[in-house]
Amino acid sequence: MFTMPARLRALFRFGPGRPETAPVRLRQGRIYVLPTLPGLAFAGVLLLMLVASINYSLSLGYAFTFLLGGVWVASVLSAFRNLFRLTIRYGKVENAFPGGNVVFHLLIENPDPRRRPALRLIGSDKQGENSFDLPPSTCSEIPLALTAKRRGVLPIGRTVIETRWPLGLVRAWSVLMPDMEGLIFPAPEVGSPDPARLPNDRAADLGSLCSGNEDFAGFRAYQETDSPRRLAWKVYARDGILVTKEFSASASGELFFNYDDLPVGLAEEARLSRLATWLLRASQDEERYALRLPACEYPAARGTAHLRRCLGALARHGSEREKRWE
Amino acid sequence: MGVKGSVARLSSALFRSRGSSGNTPERTKPVEVSLRRDQTIWLLTAATLTLVAHLPGLPIWVIAFCATLLVWRGWLLWHGKAAPPRWMVAPLVLGVAIGIRLDLGLFFGKTPGLVFLAALLCLKLLEIRTMRDIRIVVLLCFFLQFGLFFNDQSMSAAALVLVALLVTLGSQIALTDPASSTRERLKTGAMLLTQGLPFMLALFVLFPRAISPLWGVPSESVALSGLSDSMSPGTISELIMSDDLAFTVEFNGSRPTPSDRYWRGPVLSRFDGRTWRMAVRPPEDRPTYKPSGKRFDYRIVLEPHQRYWLPTLDYPAGPVEGAIFSYDFQVLTVRPVTKRVQFAFSSFPDAMVGLNEHPPTLDLARQLPPQGNPRARALAAELKAKMPQQTVGRILGWFLDGQFSYTLQPPLRDKDSIDSFLFETRMGFCEHFAGAFVFLARAADVPARVVTGYQGGRINPVNGTISVRQSDAHAWAEVWYAERGWVRVDPVALIVPTRIDHGLEGALDRGLPFMLRPEYSWLRQLRDGWEAVATQWNRHVIAYDGKRQLDLLESFGLEDASPSTAFGAASIAVALLMAGFYGWAQFRRKDDGLDPLDRAWVRFSARLAPHGLARMPDEGPIDYSRRLTIARPADADKLISICTRYACLRYRLPPLRAEIDALAHAIDTLGLKQETATQSVRNQQ
Repeated sequence: MFTMPARLRALFRFGPGRPETAPVRLRQGRIYVLPTLPGLAFAGVLLLMLVASINYSLSLGYAFTFLLGGVWVASVLSAFRNLFRLTIRYGKVENAFPGGNVVFHLLIENPDPRRRPALRLIGSDKQGENSFDLPPSTCSEIPLALTAKRRGVLPIGRTVIETRWPLGLVRAWSVLMPDMEGLIFPAPEVGSPDPARLPNDRAADLGSLCSGNEDFAGFRAYQETDSPRRLAWKVYARDGILVTKEFSASASGELFFNYDDLPVGLAEEARLSRLATWLLRASQDEERYALRLPACEYPAARGTAHLRRCLGALARHGSEREKRWE
Repeated sequence: MGVKGSVARLSSALFRSRGSSGNTPERTKPVEVSLRRDQTIWLLTAATLTLVAHLPGLPIWVIAFCATLLVWRGWLLWHGKAAPPRWMVAPLVLGVAIGIRLDLGLFFGKTPGLVFLAALLCLKLLEIRTMRDIRIVVLLCFFLQFGLFFNDQSMSAAALVLVALLVTLGSQIALTDPASSTRERLKTGAMLLTQGLPFMLALFVLFPRAISPLWGVPSESVALSGLSDSMSPGTISELIMSDDLAFTVEFNGSRPTPSDRYWRGPVLSRFDGRTWRMAVRPPEDRPTYKPSGKRFDYRIVLEPHQRYWLPTLDYPAGPVEGAIFSYDFQVLTVRPVTKRVQFAFSSFPDAMVGLNEHPPTLDLARQLPPQGNPRARALAAELKAKMPQQTVGRILGWFLDGQFSYTLQPPLRDKDSIDSFLFETRMGFCEHFAGAFVFLARAADVPARVVTGYQGGRINPVNGTISVRQSDAHAWAEVWYAERGWVRVDPVALIVPTRIDHGLEGALDRGLPFMLRPEYSWLRQLRDGWEAVATQWNRHVIAYDGKRQLDLLESFGLEDASPSTAFGAASIAVALLMAGFYGWAQFRRKDDGLDPLDRAWVRFSARLAPHGLARMPDEGPIDYSRRLTIARPADADKLISICTRYACLRYRLPPLRAEIDALAHAIDTLGLKQETATQSVRNQQ
């Protein structure tokens, strides 16, 4: 496939210019059909056949050429119908660290009682591709993975849904601009120092008593957010009751990560990376931690949801919509 | 514990991305593809079907070559082996090209081109590596299917090509949609062909047909068939063994009796002692005689014979477009008949022709070689009478008394062939009789010439047309009387009258061509049926040309139709078809895959949608009824009833039709009470 210069491409930019809200229905107005390179080659062969038919007055040659021409037109129609009336809704987004994949899930509904074969979803700048079929009268969840490059907010951008079915001679496509964004968290820092255990009042009082965070302090009733690692499995095996082991450190030392408390010489991204590392480590150690960024603050808590929120805040740091998510 | 390792593990556990969707596209060119087995089988089948259609036109070594390659490809496929390296293919291509040049004597041209493409298709199949290779294979298939029509435009060829085309389309669908089943592929292919059909019909009829070729069609040595421009002993009896169709005739109105069905072909005036040849004189665009008397209107579909003459009943009226008239009442074309052509003629068998004949023509009709056949000359001198009519009568009488026999394979003698026929063997075929008669007449000073052509023809009982075959080839004579002009004389009709009334099989007992034998009459009936259809095919499809296109347009009321009229009509037709297709694509099929119960249920949700109470896609009937009750307490009874009845009917087997109808009725007649302002506010939240 040849590529056009960017300015020329902008002229031929099909589809919406700004993110649109779900559901997006593929109507006639937003489905484009153009021949592919093989389609043009096919048309060239047809022309050759036509010239030969004229020259040799081949009646059946004419018939064959026109039949293939008709098939070509019919394939335009079929490609169009393969996209026509699809409805696209937006599903969940899987965020990622740099180097990973941000996965956007689109919910594509096929309202008709016929299969929609050979569809393809192509992410912006042609990165990320997913080929799929839609069974009749169903809604399918189609993931589109975009490479996470730099920390920040990653909008899904111009996404193309296309098909070359049935003959590969034409490409029918529609441009989507889903109102979806993924988050790319800061890359964890390698060899970062341990977080300074900044004492709050209670921690300072109890600090001398606690030698580490592994001291068993007792049981309490299980809550849904508790890590399975802290479950007292022996108790469960014996009595069939779910209880959580509590450790003294987790009760005492809450971690508090403050963006502004980091060393002055540290650059913005490096700060975020260090905070991310601390967050992950604290989460792994099942500790309670709080996070403060210049624009927002998260009070101390623990658990996956808290980690996601905090990492998300790091990812959004500095972006225009940072505050919106507060 | 390695911090990075654990962090990576954690982050990957928390935020794993699916491997299946995370593949980044390869942008390297060209992309190597691995064809699945079923896709390869489809491609191989398409190629094989395409090549099978070409089998009669391929040299035997090319057939063997292609078969070897196809089997090799199949073997590779079966054992999951990779394609052979590219360097192996190049010498093979070169070898085939050289082989074609050596075998066919030329490389550029229709036939060698098709042979080369066939070999190329097989080679390409062998070395499929990229998507582009596959596209080329498919295009080659299409072009070869088209190329078949250079050699064969029969119905069977068309049917074969259609099947090959369907499979080729199927193989393309197999490439774009690997998940489809065989049936789906055939179905989609057939659907595409069906949708393409109206375009084909419209353009076939309306696309302007060029009258003359764009460039000179290179002449290739094509096997000539049918009567030639000369006649020597043995030429017609050789021809008569062929059962090929020469032409078919359809009469408009009455048909001439078998004894009047003399189809005039080349008229031979020059004689060199052995061979009779045509004399060339500039022809004219209309006959020199005045047509009068009985009239036959007919239409001839002539098989290509690579020559100029058209067979006609005596004596056709002119002018006829595309035909010219020679001084000896032949009808000729401007270009050799290289494809099936169609002409309409009116013939006047009783017309007086050649009353004021040019002296040079008469001189030609008296010409004899200075020497040879002395006994025949002596006989002619003996038979000569005062009046030419009497002379002719006496010659024919001599033939009748001479105990001649009519046979396909008479003994031949080169020197004084007429003497040897007349006085020694007395066995001959029509060319011997006609030649000897004309010789005697000329020797007796009566202007005469040999006429070759066809006599008779078989009426096809299926559609009433007359099929004339090469086995109907015949030769007779024509003599000239001053007061009557040219008159046909057929010595064979005198000696073996059954030849004229019942055809060759009536005249001969032994050595009949296969199809003419009486025990195969059922085969002939079968052939009649087939030929009746084939005649229509040839007339309406193959012989459809620019002239007939304009006639058709004019019959639709388009005055002064020209190729541009046809072009306009073709454009309009295509535009209309496109509009029709567009409408069809927009059209939503009523069959939405729902049963009556679900359809009623969908209507229920649709009725509540204006109130902001459409059912959520994931909402079951009971949950829905709960939400409805809260939103519309006033109508709670009715709404709960409908939802519950739906749930009961849906999840109980089998639902009763009457109950479904009752529920549908309840839904359709559902009336909601006026809602309060607070409710509507809540609903919107």
